[in-house]
Amino acid sequence: MSYRTNGNRFAIQTFSLSKKFGDLIAVDGIDLSIKEGELFSLLGPNGAGKTTAIKMLCCLLRPSSGTATVMGHDINEDPMAVKQIIDVSPQETAIAEHLNAWENLSLMGRIHGLAKEEVKKRSGELLEMVGLTKRAKEQVRKFSGGMKRRLSIAMALVSDPQVLFLDEPTLGLDPQSRRGIWEHIAELKGRKTILLTTHYLEEADALADRIAIIDEGKIAALGTPQELKDSISDMQVMVVRAKNLTPDAIEGLKKIYPEVKATEDGIEIRAKELSFYEIVDYLRPRGAAIQSTSLKQPTLDDVFLHLTGKELRE
Amino acid sequence: MRFAELAIRNFKEMWRDPISMGLEIGIPAGFLVIFWALGRSMGNESFFTPTMLVPGIAVFGFTFLVMFSAVVLAHDRESALLSRLLTAPLKPRDFILSYSLPYIPVVILQMALCFGIGAVLGLEILGNAGLAFLILLVMGICCVELGMILGLLFAVNQVSGVGSAIITLVALLGGIWIDLGTIGGVFYSVGNALPFAHAINGARDVMVYGAGFSGIATDFYWVLGYTVVFFALGIFLFRRRMVE
Ligand SMILES: Nc1ncnc2c1ncn2[C@@H]1O[C@H](COP(=O)(O)OP(=O)(O)OP(=O)(O)O)[C@@H](O)[C@H]1O
Ligand SMILES: [Mg+2]
Repeated sequence: MSYRTNGNRFAIQTFSLSKKFGDLIAVDGIDLSIKEGELFSLLGPNGAGKTTAIKMLCCLLRPSSGTATVMGHDINEDPMAVKQIIDVSPQETAIAEHLNAWENLSLMGRIHGLAKEEVKKRSGELLEMVGLTKRAKEQVRKFSGGMKRRLSIAMALVSDPQVLFLDEPTLGLDPQSRRGIWEHIAELKGRKTILLTTHYLEEADALADRIAIIDEGKIAALGTPQELKDSISDMQVMVVRAKNLTPDAIEGLKKIYPEVKATEDGIEIRAKELSFYEIVDYLRPRGAAIQSTSLKQPTLDDVFLHLTGKELRE
Repeated sequence: MRFAELAIRNFKEMWRDPISMGLEIGIPAGFLVIFWALGRSMGNESFFTPTMLVPGIAVFGFTFLVMFSAVVLAHDRESALLSRLLTAPLKPRDFILSYSLPYIPVVILQMALCFGIGAVLGLEILGNAGLAFLILLVMGICCVELGMILGLLFAVNQVSGVGSAIITLVALLGGIWIDLGTIGGVFYSVGNALPFAHAINGARDVMVYGAGFSGIATDFYWVLGYTVVFFALGIFLFRRRMVE
């Protein structure tokens, strides 16, 4: 394969990759270099441009400007060569409704050029992995949403591609199924190049070698999960558990500390320097009954909020 | 041969909807019985004999396939599945083939049923039945390829409107119910430029007058030419429509 002789060690490289939809710039000049065998995660809020970026890399969307290579093949010039070595789990569940689970998997394997025996073996394993072995012979239009979703992900794994794109693979799955998929992805790590988009920070934190935080089409930060956390290690995070916190009180506190986030049973405040007394003295007269306060290590969540001013919603 | 896998999938999707399938296959046979009865009660038995009717009604049945095949493709075009399949190493030609091939058995069954019922009603074939079958088969495939074009140009909810228009037009311009020669004028010229009348007249020449291949060669190549052009146009449009 030419990318080796070219001395190009990158499985995916993008060069000012951009996509405009009318006036909207969905992807805005992204430059990424993803190494062979790396599990790279794109993390970003709704509408950040993650899916658009993946669609361009899969040759489904033509870039407005810029380009990218997958294993050395240019997505604009040689899409067929790219399609030979990739597979995709789209964000939307994509299955053939009148086929059964087994037939869906073998369809994907066969159109990617796998031999019948190979397809059979892999389909069996994947059905087991997504817990659909017992329902394998049923037409999938009768499946529940989560079952369809699981099948849709498994369909991306049959062809055993060199480069795998997973667009929010675990969206809408119950925790148990999600863990099953994570385990499988973790097993693939190092053997395949994987580009994964997600809303779940814990997913990116646990699986990714490197993470790019993307917001409004641009890369806001890039590094290993630890590097990203270290980048705000000079920040402190105070966790306040309190009752009767009014929205007014929270808004007021934001004037002193801009990064305040409401949690289930209180608030979290992020800043370079935090004054315990200042916070307590501010909240108490406004009716809050403080139960406890503590300091914690910044998480990727905090990094994300700090960089984009947005929260990742589940 | 990767398209074969997708063709099989499309075939299964179609046949697992037996009601639509039954309708698609039974349409020409149903019309044949109705028009044969109509001819008898009108006393117009020269034109509405089974032998005259069968080729026209077979082609009329194919025009429904234009609509049905267009709906399937237009529907899939909006689905996440096709977009997923587009990331596989398949060429536009593979897609068009895999969406049209599953209709060939439908075309054949339509004709078989139509000829079978015709036989019961007293169909007489003077020439080579295989030859009549062949020109009609190509016409059927031609209609499916036209369906591919419509399926690529229109959305699902538009396809049925356009499809109905085509069915009506072919009924008028194909010489199905009325011999185009007796209408004359623009209708005759337009009808003759299109493939439908050629398929019908070719098959009638074989069945009624016992024509051989040389007798219907022009008609045959006319129909075949349209089929090839529609197929190529389908591939061209697929390439244009499938990458934004
Ligand atoms: N086909 C399209 N036509 C017009 N605008 C589009 C199209 N596809 C995406 N967009 C816009 O591009 C932006 C980025 O969308 P994209 O789907 O890439 O976001 P995302 O990061 O995947 O979001 P999510 O987390 O919600 O999946 C959005 O503002 C979206 O409305
Ligand atoms: Mg998305």
